[in-house]
Amino acid sequence: MSAGRIAARLGRPVGTLCGLGLLWWGIVRLGGVPPYLLPPPGSVARALWAQRGLLAGAAGTTLLETVLGLLLGTAGGGALALLMMASAPVRRWMMPLVLLSQAVPVFALAPLLVLWFGFGIASKVVMAVLVIFFPITSSFFDGLRRTPPGWLDLARSMDARPGLVLLRLRLPAALPAFATGLRVAAAIAPLGAVVGEWVGASSGLGFLMQTANTRFETDLMFAALLVLASMTVLLWWGVDRALARMLYWVPDDRSD
Amino acid sequence: MTVPALDLRGLAVAHGGRDLFAGLDLTLPGGVFSVLLGASGVGKTSLLRVIAGLDRPAAGMVVAGDGAPLAGRVAWMGQRDLLQPWARVIDNVTLGDRLRGRRPDRDRAAELLRRMGLADRLAALPGELSGGMRQRVALARTLYEDRPVVLMDEPFSALDSVTRARMQDLAAETLHGRTVVLITHDPLEACRLGQAILLMAGDPVRVEAIAVPAGAVPRPADDDSVLHAQGVLLRRMLDAAGR
Repeated sequence: MSAGRIAARLGRPVGTLCGLGLLWWGIVRLGGVPPYLLPPPGSVARALWAQRGLLAGAAGTTLLETVLGLLLGTAGGGALALLMMASAPVRRWMMPLVLLSQAVPVFALAPLLVLWFGFGIASKVVMAVLVIFFPITSSFFDGLRRTPPGWLDLARSMDARPGLVLLRLRLPAALPAFATGLRVAAAIAPLGAVVGEWVGASSGLGFLMQTANTRFETDLMFAALLVLASMTVLLWWGVDRALARMLYWVPDDRSD
Repeated sequence: MTVPALDLRGLAVAHGGRDLFAGLDLTLPGGVFSVLLGASGVGKTSLLRVIAGLDRPAAGMVVAGDGAPLAGRVAWMGQRDLLQPWARVIDNVTLGDRLRGRRPDRDRAAELLRRMGLADRLAALPGELSGGMRQRVALARTLYEDRPVVLMDEPFSALDSVTRARMQDLAAETLHGRTVVLITHDPLEACRLGQAILLMAGDPVRVEAIAVPAGAVPRPADDDSVLHAQGVLLRRMLDAAGR
């Protein structure tokens, strides 16, 4: 990629961010909003720099919880989708449970999970797993079911073994759908971790935001929010690029 | 490898709740190319799927002329190449063994691909190949199965004329001596490859045997008897469609 194209690609998001910052600054300046309600961008930037050690530590905790949640949720959801595909009883018994994991609001479960799994990172990892379990499992299961029928006909004409059809035909054919679920998961997993931290934790961005909020340190709270947003975007981007590389046969139109 | 004829006995085939034909009795001779022609929707693909064992007939049965079971002796090649986009060319050819849990014979696969003129593309991905190359890989995969009966459903219909003619030559050469049933709607293809030419037409569908041009297959496309037979065949297809 040429320097010009990198500049072109970075130009738009940077422009959007600058525009938003300007709008923000204008509202605070012209609207006379008190800083404990909406701090001006400058004081948020100052908080970001002054508290960089605190923020980095908190971000590290949240990132660890998110990544652990992603790994466990992906492995668990992927394995369950495969089991549901291989066995009709598993499918009938587990599908309602998968739906339930999405239907129950994690916000309501969070206090309970903290009680069960403690104030440490375990309860937050469980939250992240719960949040991503449905998109992972349902997208992968859908992909496994939608193998092009021609491939299955070919396999039947070759007297293929069902287990190997699942492993060597349905599984790779489902990977693009799985990847879609994984991208969604990467974007929402931090949410699960932060909700857990909000309810009861001793570190992490959610914990930091909550304490800053109760002390009216709105600038620190906004700084933590910025860190969380950037972390989520970077995580999504990393997962997206890694998946595009792994699914080398899937057309990936990134022309704009 | 004994090469059986195929006996269709009292065969009735339905597709999508519609009866395509019933009471079909037909013998497809062993060891030669039988070409099945007919307009779209007449039931050629459904018939081939029944012979392949992919669909069940509504009535009747398909038996091998030698009396032994047909299962495990039929290779099927669909309308599309059905290559796995994530697998290299050579792994596509050995797909059958990989799906049966047997050790793939990569030397034999490589030799088949060499015969297809793809010796230097063993490690390529299907996405990097042209349409004609992809069909050659699909043909190599069919040959790798090494079955006495080969069923082909319009395998060359998406190719340009030159590529198609080359594929016909290659198929005639490599499938020589097997019981081949080839579906096509191209009269020239039928006259170049057919050692039995069968026209499916009418409602209810009847199967009519068409006179086969002289000469060994693949017959040259500019041969007088081939050109004449092609004209006659096209006329018969037009008549059948007009009725």
